[in-house]
Amino acid sequence: MAQVSVEHLTKVFGQGDTLVEALKDASLSVKAGEVVALMGPSGSGKTTLLRAISLIDPPTSGLIEVAGTRVFEDESVLIDDRLLRRQRMGIIFQSYNLIPFLTVVQNVALVLTLNGVSNREAMKRARELLESLDLSHRADVHPATLSGGEQQRVAVARAVVNNPAVILADEPTAALDSERGKAVMALLRQLGHEKKAAVIVVTHDERMVKGFDRIYHLEDGHLSVEELGAGEH
Amino acid sequence: MNLAYYDVEYRLGRFLLTAVGIGLLLATVMAMNGIYNGMVEDALSIVRAPQVDLWVVQKDTNGPFAESSRVPEDLYRNISTINGVKEASPVSFQLLQTEFQGRMLRLQVIGYKLRQLGGPPAIAAGRPILNNRYEMVIDRKAGVPLGTKFKFGRVEMTVVGLTEGVVSNSGDSAAFITLEDAQELQFLKSNEAIRNDRSRLEADLSKSSTLSNVAPENLSPLLQGSHIANAILVRLDAWANVEEVQANIQRWTHYNAFTTKQEEDLLSKSVIERARQQILLFRIILLIVAAVVVALIIYTMTLEKTRDIATLKIIGAPNSKIVGLILQQSLILGIIGFLVGTIIISLTYEYFPRRVVLFATDQVMVFGIVVGISIAASALGIHKALGIDATTAMAG
Repeated sequence: MAQVSVEHLTKVFGQGDTLVEALKDASLSVKAGEVVALMGPSGSGKTTLLRAISLIDPPTSGLIEVAGTRVFEDESVLIDDRLLRRQRMGIIFQSYNLIPFLTVVQNVALVLTLNGVSNREAMKRARELLESLDLSHRADVHPATLSGGEQQRVAVARAVVNNPAVILADEPTAALDSERGKAVMALLRQLGHEKKAAVIVVTHDERMVKGFDRIYHLEDGHLSVEELGAGEH
Repeated sequence: MNLAYYDVEYRLGRFLLTAVGIGLLLATVMAMNGIYNGMVEDALSIVRAPQVDLWVVQKDTNGPFAESSRVPEDLYRNISTINGVKEASPVSFQLLQTEFQGRMLRLQVIGYKLRQLGGPPAIAAGRPILNNRYEMVIDRKAGVPLGTKFKFGRVEMTVVGLTEGVVSNSGDSAAFITLEDAQELQFLKSNEAIRNDRSRLEADLSKSSTLSNVAPENLSPLLQGSHIANAILVRLDAWANVEEVQANIQRWTHYNAFTTKQEEDLLSKSVIERARQQILLFRIILLIVAAVVVALIIYTMTLEKTRDIATLKIIGAPNSKIVGLILQQSLILGIIGFLVGTIIISLTYEYFPRRVVLFATDQVMVFGIVVGISIAASALGIHKALGIDATTAMAG
């Protein structure tokens, strides 16, 4: 069963003469444990699609289902978008976006506490996850003291700590060198498989998509799919 | 997870400096409260000091503090005969200015009959006045040591005792002397004035057919009578009804009689009312300034966290979490400011030139206002935070 399913999605900005159609009848489907890339040139609508799926900036029309729940249909948002994101989605940003005044472990635990997990339990689970990602020695420092690669690994930990149905990553390697970028991608693939999450990664770097299941190409709002099969790239 | 706490902890130095600034503002508000309380306490101390029940003053006046009042000194004899009156005694009030150790010293001089009502309430050092002439008991606030001699006109006074906390509504120290000394200071004329008056009297008498044979030196002492007081203090028997005795005095003596409570009200409403309004206005302005400062600080802190708040929205934090972050920071800032202000005023109030009296009820009220201001001031930051576009966090 698809963890995330998008059908006939359109996104229109502006109106009249200034109308821009950023997404045109876009459809995609990602199953649990699948890792797909969303590629395309700048301005092709990659981030727009990610924002639409996460309901940060809902689409104009179409249908979105997340973990079997219809969250958008016929121009209407059917769920509290923040509830959807905190319970079923993990989001990774290009520039990490860790909360600077929280320590590494607090950043990871925050997502759990937002979902009602007690502070003590959240911190325990966050520490366990950081240990599994070889970040336990950095657990109690603030993000500003970490390298870019470490910050992005913490951001990945924050995205997966709640075992989300969908992980959305917006150019997660853009601010990293090639080696660290590949390591982060490998981590995303590994965690996607382990946690049975559907992983959608926006990237413009083809070298980074090794081991991905599919590539969705987006150009001028049109989405096309390229099947890869794990390990082909 | 308390985000406000962690943010404050992360930027502790800057946050504390800001709180100290707010604290200084609040300390000024507390000082204003204290100065007002001190003004009231000072003003009322002079009314409360004699511990009497009634004040008899000149008819149709609100004397002796709110308006001037003159009554004959021997009026107290008539009043003493009224049923329910235990004691009655004349007192006088006058302001004197003199120089002491190179500084000007203003004194609220209270003249009273020795061993009767109106004397110093308690002696903090030295002894009470024992001789009918030329002794003075002065309040410690004047900074005058025992044994000091003051010369007022032809009269020289020696300080024999000190009181504590008896001052006028202007904050001038009280100085107790006998009524006789007070009357001499207030009414006795200089030798030149006496000679002038005697010549004027002689000229007037020579023009009068009926009085032309009266020698001016015989009539002059009668016209120079200084047996005048400003009020008669009355203490009642324990069983007496104050209102009844007050009505009887007004009926039989044709003078005004006020209870001590009425005299306190007269003093606070007419004498210190304007100062009270002035201080109230200052307090309001300072509180508004404090509110604006807190609001601007919280707004700036919110602006600095724009990206963090956008991130919180994207990872699904509900608005209540974001509102809590800003509201709690505003409250922490206000409460630390209040504590700093309380510490500052507690350490400095003794050094103010006027008496500063701090009441716990005032502090509770200021705390309530600070909490209110903090909540109101956070509104601007909350409005800004809730309006932050979540997509801000996704910008590269």
